[in-house]
Amino acid sequence: MRLSWFNVTSLTLGFAFLYLPMVILVIYSFNESKLVTVWAGFSTRWYGELFSNEAFLDAAWVTLKVAVVSSSFATVLGTMAAYVLVRGGRFMGRTLFSGMIYAPLVMPEVITGLSLLLLFIGIGLDRGVLTVVLAHTTFSMCYVSVVVSSRLMTFDRSLEEAALDLGCSPWDAFRLVTLPIIAPAVISGWLLAFTLSLDDLVIASFTTGPSATTLPIKIFSAVRLGVSPEINALSTIMIGLVTIGVLTASLATKRNALRQKKDAQAAARAA
Amino acid sequence: MKDFRRTLLILVPYLWLLALFLVPFLIVVKISLSDIALARPPYLPQFSWADGIWSFLSQLDLENFAFLASDDLYWKAYLSSLRIALVSTLLTLLIGYPIAYGMARAPEEWRATLMMLVILPFWTSFLIRVYAWMGILSQEGFLNQFLLWTGLISTPLTILNTNTAVYIGIVYTYLPFMILPIYAALDRLDGSLIEAAEDLGCSRLSAFWLVTIPLSRNGIIAGSFLVFIPALGEFVIPSLLGGSGTLMIGKVLWEEFFSNRDWPVASAVAVVLLLILIVPIVLFQRNQQKQGDP
Amino acid sequence: MPQTKFAPWDDPNQKPLIRFENVTKRFGDFTAIEALTLDIYEREFFALLGPSGCGKTTMMRMLAGFEAPTSGRIELQGQDIASVPPNKRAVNMMFQSYALFPHLTIWDNIAFGLRRDRMPKHDLADRVEEMLKLVRLEQFARRKPHQISGGQRQRVALARSLAKAPKLLLLDEPLGALDKKLRQDTQFELMDIQEKTGTTFVIVTHDQEEAMTVASRVAVMDQGALMQVDTPEQIYEAPNSVYVADFIGDVNIIAGTAQPDADGVVMLNRAEGATPLRTRSEIAFAPGQPCHLAIRPEKIAISAERPEAADNMLQGKVMDIAYIGNLFTYHVELPDGSVIKAQTANTKRLASRSFTWEEPVWIAWTDSAGVLLDR
Repeated sequence: MRLSWFNVTSLTLGFAFLYLPMVILVIYSFNESKLVTVWAGFSTRWYGELFSNEAFLDAAWVTLKVAVVSSSFATVLGTMAAYVLVRGGRFMGRTLFSGMIYAPLVMPEVITGLSLLLLFIGIGLDRGVLTVVLAHTTFSMCYVSVVVSSRLMTFDRSLEEAALDLGCSPWDAFRLVTLPIIAPAVISGWLLAFTLSLDDLVIASFTTGPSATTLPIKIFSAVRLGVSPEINALSTIMIGLVTIGVLTASLATKRNALRQKKDAQAAARAA
Repeated sequence: MKDFRRTLLILVPYLWLLALFLVPFLIVVKISLSDIALARPPYLPQFSWADGIWSFLSQLDLENFAFLASDDLYWKAYLSSLRIALVSTLLTLLIGYPIAYGMARAPEEWRATLMMLVILPFWTSFLIRVYAWMGILSQEGFLNQFLLWTGLISTPLTILNTNTAVYIGIVYTYLPFMILPIYAALDRLDGSLIEAAEDLGCSRLSAFWLVTIPLSRNGIIAGSFLVFIPALGEFVIPSLLGGSGTLMIGKVLWEEFFSNRDWPVASAVAVVLLLILIVPIVLFQRNQQKQGDP
Repeated sequence: MPQTKFAPWDDPNQKPLIRFENVTKRFGDFTAIEALTLDIYEREFFALLGPSGCGKTTMMRMLAGFEAPTSGRIELQGQDIASVPPNKRAVNMMFQSYALFPHLTIWDNIAFGLRRDRMPKHDLADRVEEMLKLVRLEQFARRKPHQISGGQRQRVALARSLAKAPKLLLLDEPLGALDKKLRQDTQFELMDIQEKTGTTFVIVTHDQEEAMTVASRVAVMDQGALMQVDTPEQIYEAPNSVYVADFIGDVNIIAGTAQPDADGVVMLNRAEGATPLRTRSEIAFAPGQPCHLAIRPEKIAISAERPEAADNMLQGKVMDIAYIGNLFTYHVELPDGSVIKAQTANTKRLASRSFTWEEPVWIAWTDSAGVLLDR
């Protein structure tokens, strides 16, 4: 199909708008000057400063721990919830259950954060890594369950029945047949939960205590005072990691799709 | 045995959500009906089994909501949040639609890459994407330097810490949420429909207006809600890009809680925000269901 | 050695492998199976035949253990199997969608059930190889299901469900996804494998030709009830109802009232003034009882001249001619406006049709050519 000048223009401007700010951010992270906006020559000085800043490294470590633990819990709970939603049949309070799965997706973060904080105070739970993990698990399990349940809905149920028919217990049928097939959805659920947890500022701010400062909280309090080259360096590293991750994932999917297509053609020819 | 397993499977996520979603929310509602007090925690009444439930309930009142209604700070914050969310949703639609349209009309082999380019920012930290604009919009920032260099302006513009910066921030961060559903709708659109319209005497523009727009309606509606709903309760963007004059309810709630330590009022603010959000959420759900069974 | 006819259902001393006893199955308000009783014997190739929604799939799912009967008893070798979960039943199923595990190779798909029984590694490998050989897929063992063709997938599904040597194999529309040519070849292959393994097969199908080809006995179902259970020949030649006669093959149905005569002959009175039709009937009819004569088109002779002597003959004119390569079917209109189909084999090459449109013809049949039905 031919691209009209209008489409070319809107795509160019649109993607420039999406990517220019990040490109500028990355460029200025290599700026010698402390003043972020004045170019004073190339330097990796701010990366050095970043890696010698204990407070940032500590916060990054806390964030990573929280993200790994909460996304793993969220994946287990979210997959269970998805299974209940798609395969659970009718049970008491099903409407409430599906409501509680979908509501956190549209709930403003300030409200989720506030309500969890009030709960933790109410039951006298000391705020720290544990409370942030609980909070992150709760909202990201809902995202996981949406991702996994949309995969389960298109899952051919007779595969599970075939496993039962061939002698599997229901648990074995899940472990040996269902799980390997829905694994890509479960993994993307985990990645989504992991990113949400890495990213979250608002809910973490409400539910954390002085003992556990996460990276977004640290960044937020630093940038409130204005632009800082160290944050640019940190942002560049994060953008780089995400880009590599997304590129790898999309290349892998593309190659998989190509191979599947080729196999299907070969099988059709052989028939 | 089978029933035991099934019950366990249902109960674990169910109880988790009850304990960490529904109960906290009920606590918010309850505290919004309580009074502020110089105590730990800083509100009254405290529930105690000794006094019984009725004496506890009798101490609850709507005082905080009356306070919200009487103090025009809150009114203005709600109205200004609604206005900012609405205007930025419209702006996002105006910018997002041509991009989605261009993507849907792009050659087949480009589309996957373009899709990936739209999704990539979504995986990047929200905070960092907002922060990126601070360096661009400030007095001596990139945008002002560029405009001064071109000679379009002679004195730097004040953009950062104004509502304009908030609009830019919201449009920028939520643009992918607008593009993706519209692209999905346009991608499904059968190209021969446009050709049929042109064959029947439509001009390019009227074919677009009479065929393309109505058939991508569901995508437009879904995208608009996906921008409007989170923008309404937004906190990070107004507090980093907005100024002291930027009133948004998420920011008010945050300050009420962290700065004023007025938990009952903060809770009341949250309850009202949620009541405002229920309407668009229900409309959004209905639109999604309609899309599900065409 | 004279081969004895395989007909355990006629032998009162035979114990059935499966017994449905007064089985009813309801889904909410909908009754899928109504008070159904049926015996299936060992080594049978049994077909459940009926239109979609007649309850045949429900019967199969109850045998596999995915549904439990609302009331009644299902026995396998005399044992009530209601409480046995599907993974503990010596019954295996071949699914309509084949349900091959996409993440496992062909080899692992076939080995799947054997592994659940913790079969020793060596025996397992032998058994899988044996199965691969049975369905002629030895060279595809390492492939994944999406790397083979539809017909090959069908054979993998068959091998996988046979690997555990079940007492009973259930086949849910096993050939439904194949094209017509492949389906016919596969039918004979299925019969061959059934004979080789000696397994009892129960097949569910809506394709009457398929059921008639493969099965030793066919059960014709309608709305949750068995209409007739019999050998394919009996179902075709001696249907017990208009429903069965009409469901299987092409048939002329002529309505009228019975007038019993001597020696098992019943005359069928049609409209006032029309010639009564003479039929031999095994069932007795009361005078004036409403009944239907079912007669297959190939049993009706067609000629230009009036036949010399025939039990039944009628005059009409050719209204329509259908040519299906090996057969001509003539639609003959009788003076009363009804239409009778008569079929003749196309034996002479390039022989022009013997009759043409609007031509007056005679149709005739013997008194044992049709069946007189009371329902």
